[in-house]
Amino acid sequence: MAAEPAKVDPMHQFTIEPIFGSANWELAGYNISFTNSALWMAISAVVLWLFMLGGMKRSLVPGRWQMAVETFTGFIDDMLLANVGPAGRKYVPYIFTLFMFILFANMLGLMPLGVVGVHPFTFTSHFTVTGVLAVLSFSIVLIVGFAKHGLHFFSLFLPHGTPWWMAPIIAPIELISFMVRPFSLGLRLFVAMMAGHVLLEVLSSFVISGGNAGIGYGIFIGLPSLALMVGICALEILVAGIQAYVFALLTSLYINDAENLH
Amino acid sequence: MPQIEQLAGTYSSQIFWLLVIFALAFFIIGRGMLPRVMDTMADRDRRIGDDLAVAQAARDEADTREEAWRTRETANREAAQALVNEARDQSKRDAEQRLAGIKTSLDARLAQAEQRIDAARTAAAAEIEQVASEATQGIVARIAGIDVDGDAAHHAVRKALAHG
Repeated sequence: MAAEPAKVDPMHQFTIEPIFGSANWELAGYNISFTNSALWMAISAVVLWLFMLGGMKRSLVPGRWQMAVETFTGFIDDMLLANVGPAGRKYVPYIFTLFMFILFANMLGLMPLGVVGVHPFTFTSHFTVTGVLAVLSFSIVLIVGFAKHGLHFFSLFLPHGTPWWMAPIIAPIELISFMVRPFSLGLRLFVAMMAGHVLLEVLSSFVISGGNAGIGYGIFIGLPSLALMVGICALEILVAGIQAYVFALLTSLYINDAENLH
Repeated sequence: MPQIEQLAGTYSSQIFWLLVIFALAFFIIGRGMLPRVMDTMADRDRRIGDDLAVAQAARDEADTREEAWRTRETANREAAQALVNEARDQSKRDAEQRLAGIKTSLDARLAQAEQRIDAARTAAAAEIEQVASEATQGIVARIAGIDVDGDAAHHAVRKALAHG
């Protein structure tokens, strides 16, 4: 880890620090200190709430803001309708909250607020967070699946048209792929967000170190790195949207399995 | 990597706050605000659908009325045409009738005239016979000195006239 002030530690941005002197808050023996991570969760939720306020005007001819809110709700509604069918409508609140919460978290983590001295914390780059969300989605799939189909839900592991003698091979494979879902769901988001932020941090360290090393280094290393950073920032905005979409889409596909089996 | 290094110390606070904040977001935003936004959209869609249905109904009505008007118009035109044809036929019939009447009266007058001419010719012929027989009587009396009675002279004249 870097001791010199000129060096940049690309991992430092993920450090969790208790704030407001809450380091020793405990609940039933567990530490629940209010950290920078929790703060940004709250900020994401509040920003999402503010965004949604624009959709509450309920005018017949929507303004731009209301139109934006309705575009997002319509997008999730359509996605569930397409992937789950009419039974998917009751999951719209959950999928919408999930999608928008992740999207706002990813986007806020990319905001250049460091310029004004506020360091955004991307809590979706922590697998404790993405894991909880993945487990939440997976639990919904399990609960809905067993509540709706009972033990018949296990037929999910034997796709239609499987020859009987293939069943002993197919069923374990299907079971494993099913059990891997929460891990892949959580890890995908965590890895994508962390990788992007590390990359940006590493490139920015090239810019700083190159600039400090002399004019030649600054021109031949610092400037190309800066140009690359601009491009990667755009890419990261895309990734932020795509990962939120993928999380919501996969959750709705898994819910489709639980609702409609095959 | 702080995610792993700090795992033991921070996992409980991460999970706790995430669940608290996500639950708040779910109930306030997902359950509270989202349905109202979607209701607004559904209302608007229904209203647009209703308006479109009304517009379609109005158009159908207009089409029906135009169709009725067209039918009526065609009927009127046909009636007018029939009237014109009727009038034409009527006048044609009248003309023919009048012509026939005139022709009949002309024929009658022609026949009368012919009758009169025949009568005149017959009368003239009779007069000629009378004159001829009297002349014959006179001539015979002068030349032969025979007194021929009227009937015989007449008979002879007629014989001679018939022979040409």
